[in-house]
Amino acid sequence: MFLSVENLRVSYDRIRALHGITFDINQGEIVCIIGANGAGKSTTLRAISGMVKPEPESRMTFMERDLLTFSADRVVRELGISHVPEGRRLFGNLTVLENLKLAAFARKDPENVQKDLSRLFSIFPRLQERTRQKSGTLSGGEQQMLAIGRAFMSGRRLMLLDEPSMGLAPLLMKTVFKALKEINGEGTAILLVEQNARMALQFAMRGYVIENGNLVLAGDSKDLLENPEVQKAYLGG
Amino acid sequence: MVFFFQNMINALQWGSFYALIALGYSMVYSILMLFNFAHGDIFMVGAYIGFGVSTGLIALTATGVIALPNWLILVLTILFSMFLTSLVGMLVERIGYRPLREAPRASAAITGLMIGIILETGNLALLGARRVSFPSLIETTTYNLGGVYITNKKIMIVVVSLAIMLALDQFIRRSKWGMAIRAMAFDYLVVPLMGISINTIARMTFAIGSALAAVAGILFGMAYPVLDPYMGILFGWKAFVAAILGGRGSIMGACLAGFLLGFIEIFVAMIFPSTLRDLIAYSIIMLILTFRPHGFFGEPYSAQLRL
Repeated sequence: MFLSVENLRVSYDRIRALHGITFDINQGEIVCIIGANGAGKSTTLRAISGMVKPEPESRMTFMERDLLTFSADRVVRELGISHVPEGRRLFGNLTVLENLKLAAFARKDPENVQKDLSRLFSIFPRLQERTRQKSGTLSGGEQQMLAIGRAFMSGRRLMLLDEPSMGLAPLLMKTVFKALKEINGEGTAILLVEQNARMALQFAMRGYVIENGNLVLAGDSKDLLENPEVQKAYLGG
Repeated sequence: MVFFFQNMINALQWGSFYALIALGYSMVYSILMLFNFAHGDIFMVGAYIGFGVSTGLIALTATGVIALPNWLILVLTILFSMFLTSLVGMLVERIGYRPLREAPRASAAITGLMIGIILETGNLALLGARRVSFPSLIETTTYNLGGVYITNKKIMIVVVSLAIMLALDQFIRRSKWGMAIRAMAFDYLVVPLMGISINTIARMTFAIGSALAAVAGILFGMAYPVLDPYMGILFGWKAFVAAILGGRGSIMGACLAGFLLGFIEIFVAMIFPSTLRDLIAYSIIMLILTFRPHGFFGEPYSAQLRL
């Protein structure tokens, strides 16, 4: 199994945010988790990337290795799992190029960094035009491109994306998702969490629905899009 | 006018000490939101290590084991002491602060105070209550420039300090590690997501800050050769003031504020009785902070504290 999550429980200050969710991702797959604000989507990603500590009964493995024993920086460096956090969280005081170089800072194959950078610039030509600009001054769409670019440079087995569509105009959203398809086509699996359920389900192969810290539905994106409950709750009827 | 220039030189020297120490405060604060209140005592430890290293090298030269010219002894003293003091700084980070990374900031702050007391009294236990005098590593030569007296030591102290500040500035601006420090100062929670260990950057920052404090300690020992275990307290507080006055995480700010403190102190003492020096000098600083609460180059901290 590529990524397997079993009975994942996470609490913040004794308030439980995830009540034991179970799901998995196959190699090269695009999977989405949809749900309302506060349902536990971001927490799921944080648990995988090691930013929050799950409760001890949780089980997570990635390519046969116990994820729970990895610190957040090692998850990226050694397992190749990158996380594009909610709100992008760019280093606004650094230039675009510095943000990308920082993402490649700890890589074990420095000889490939330049090649990957060229590849990234062919996916997002806009970033190449802005390499010397401070990332804090980029437009929303460019910031999202850079956030994805950082993930592209740091870990390429599995990319965790937290609301990449947030705050983007429809046209930019299309550009971003097209680029993500391209990245996926080169072998990167993607786990996407979204409030924009329609967009997410059109993009992903499979989906899960999360409600109040529990996964309540799972299935192929096609089926979920046609599911009356999903349509009523998340697709505006 | 001659009087003015004379004090100017003294202020530059005095400000160098503050600036070098303030840099360590400022860097640690910028990446960890932590005031390392033990930093003044690291300056003291650096001075003592410098004393130990130079005394040792002089003794070795005197007994004929190795033959080192004085200038080389000075250079080696600075380099060895920077290295050894940076180890002390890394130890302080590992033992004192790392376990408290998630603790309330007040706990981390009092930890700093306690580490300071431990370093002071530890020194006392190790070397006893006597004051030690720093060896005179270079012969003092005094130049008379139109009535202004400048010693070669003063020139050296100011030049070495400025060179180190410039080197640090370039390191932060241009090196890969400096880039990581700048990123961490902006949003430290995201740093691990880049595959970079916060601990590594924190350790390095403590090491650099401590090495700079060691340089300050040695230069101070050359200008004012009497060392005592409590010499770091007042210096530490004043350098802390300089770090805040400079603005969060600003290298340039910490240096400028360090020199400004030196200038204000020296020039206040030029006009008023020296017993009033700190009273007046720090009232002026307080007034400046009233109008610039974030310091010279500081900005309000904006990053979110949760990922």
